This record gives sequence, C-alpha cells and structure tokens, in this order.
Amino acid sequence: MITKGMNKPLICCAAFAICLLVPIHAGLAFTNAPAIGESLPPFELPIPQDTRAQSYLGLSGTGQFTIAQIEAKVVIIQIFSMYCPVCQKEAFRVNELYRTIQKRKDLKDKIRMIGIGTGNTPFEVGFFQKKYEVPFPLFPDENLSIHRILGELRTPYFIGVKINRDGSDEVFYSRLGQFKDVNSFLKRIVELSGL
Amino acid sequence: MVSKKYGSILCMVGLLAIFSWGSAAHGRSDAYKENIYPVGKLKPTDSVLKVKVGDRAPDFTLPAVGGDKVTLSQYRGKKNVVISFVPAAWTPVCSDQWPGYNIAQDFFDQNDAILLGITVDNIPTLYAWTNQMCTGDETLWFTVLSDFYPHGAVAKKFGVLRSEGVSERALFVIDKKGIIRYIDVHDINKRPHLEDLVEELEKLNK
Repeated sequence: MITKGMNKPLICCAAFAICLLVPIHAGLAFTNAPAIGESLPPFELPIPQDTRAQSYLGLSGTGQFTIAQIEAKVVIIQIFSMYCPVCQKEAFRVNELYRTIQKRKDLKDKIRMIGIGTGNTPFEVGFFQKKYEVPFPLFPDENLSIHRILGELRTPYFIGVKINRDGSDEVFYSRLGQFKDVNSFLKRIVELSGL
Repeated sequence: MVSKKYGSILCMVGLLAIFSWGSAAHGRSDAYKENIYPVGKLKPTDSVLKVKVGDRAPDFTLPAVGGDKVTLSQYRGKKNVVISFVPAAWTPVCSDQWPGYNIAQDFFDQNDAILLGITVDNIPTLYAWTNQMCTGDETLWFTVLSDFYPHGAVAKKFGVLRSEGVSERALFVIDKKGIIRYIDVHDINKRPHLEDLVEELEKLNK
C-alpha cells in the first residue's frame, strides 16, 4: 500500500522515468545517435586504395582516416546495409543525390558522400556497390564497431557533418529513413550546414 | 492509497516503458519499423544434425507462400538447390537475411541453383513478413515454404529443429543428384556471410 506521504517521491520518480523514456521512443530516436550541434562520435575508416576514391575524399597513402580529415566542408554519411530492403530501394536515389551535387558548381567541391555498411563484409559492400553502381566510396563495418559507436542506428540513416576550419567537426543532420526527394534533401543539407 | 491522478501518471510511465523497450530491440532495417520482436541472445545452436555432407537429402513436400506445394525431389536432375532455414518471421537477424538473397539472384542463376527459404511459421505470417522485404509491387524471386504443420517436421528430418520449436539458422547446398554438398548450421544470433554461400555455389560447377 502506498501512503500519502510517499506520493511526492513517487511522482518525482515517475517524472524522471518519463524524461528518460520519452527520448527513446521519439521518432529520431536513438539513445546515443549522433546529436545535432555536437561532434561526431570518433571513429576511423581505412583509407581507400582506389585512386578515384582517394582523390574524391582528398586522402592519400595507407592507414586510417577520420571524417574530419576528408577534404570538404560537409560530409554526408549514409549508414546502410546490403541486407536492408529500404537501402536497396533507395540506392538509385542516393546515387542521384551524388550526381546532383557533382553537377552543382557551387557544391561539388564542398560536399562529399560516403556509405558505411552496417554488419557487412567487404564482399557484401563490394557487391552492393557493383549491383547499384554506387559512385561514392563505401566502407564495411563488419564487426559492428562503428554501429555501436554511432548508437546502433537502424538503416538507412543519414548523418550530415560540417568540417570546421580548425579541423573539428559538427553534426548538423541526423535522421533515420529514406529521404524520398533529392532536391529537397539537398536544399535542407545546404540550409542546415550554412553552405 | 494512490489517487486517480497519480495512478494515471504511473500508467503512463508503464505504457511508455513498454513501448520504449519494444523500440529499443529492433531489426536493423527501417523496413520493419517497430514490428521486429526482440529475442535477445540465444544459445548459438540447439540441435543435432541428422544428415551429413555426402548424404542424399531427405525428401519433403511443403506448402509455399504462393499457394503451390513444393517437393525437393522435383529439382533432381534439373537444378542445384540451396535451402535456407531461418528460425522465425519478425525476428531481428532473420528479417535481414533473406532481403540480401533477394538481390543476389545472379549468383544462384550463374550456378544453376534455386533457393528455398523455410521457416516453421504458417503461411499468413510468412506472407505478411516477406511482403515487408520487397519494394513496391515486387515479390521475392525465391520460394518461401512453411514448415508449420506437422510442426517443424522438415527441420526435424534434417536435424535442425531446436528445443524451443524453431529451426536453426542453417544453409544446405544440394546438388542436382540430390546429394548434400554443404551444411552450415550457423550461430542463430549471427547472419551467414554471403561470400561463403557464393563460394559453395561456385564449387558445384568444378
């Protein structure tokens, strides 16, 4: 039985629990998803050995790189999986986004796109890239290490990151699901990043 | 006693807790929204194989989602057959396995193979689940069979029926003579790599 004297602490607990639980369920909604206005949680990717991909990202040599080392003002990261039906369906539209950016003189040197294949092996990522003729670099996250760092995001998930002059980075877009329309998505990326 | 007002608050917290836990454990693809049942980490394997590589595959007939009945031996002398047992519809790893095979038909065609997907779920469940794997009006290119009744009988014949009544996550490659050429009873918590299956398919023609 709960007495009257216990009601206040009980309500405080209830309110605290609501504060904790609501963000978990709110659409965008991942406990540790990259937060807008904050730095991207740190992770590294292998420098691609394909010269075209190296040139696109402004990287050279071997070893690892961070997102902030990409030669661009804005990096759009697509978290995808070869096994994800929505990513399969949207592949052509994401390719179209890349081509639209490359055609825009004011954007083509400022925005770079990469994809990270959640739980996919290099073979699976390579297969996806070939199957859908993906023109931008894709990286496997076979052991799910980046998946865990980024808050176990579902796919597809898009993260927009600004690269600042001092070499730091800042997330300005972080959203689950397909973007449906290339032009409105790009417009939003340009507006939110301040390009 | 807790007043009505406080009771309502507690109910709200309870409901939020239920929904939040539901959303925390989901399939990785957004295709299934919040409809993937969280199964947690399971015992990696929980059955004893009744067949081995080199054996003739046990024959069976099962109903397909499309309405037909499919018998394994109908492919003898015509096609290599890959059987993909997955434990259950609407569960995390299974829901992200067959959509990968759905874009990999070329590997099967190049090696004169067909794919039979089998679970112990009933046809209506498989119909709803596999529809979520497709885009627009498309359907899966491969045949999906229901081993629902008698429950798990085919999984049992192969020795991949687990004690809780679902099958293992298992792959069998069967050649045109009906002989089993490859078996992978996989850790139920993990998805088999596509390249391992492709490698086995390519061996069929060597």
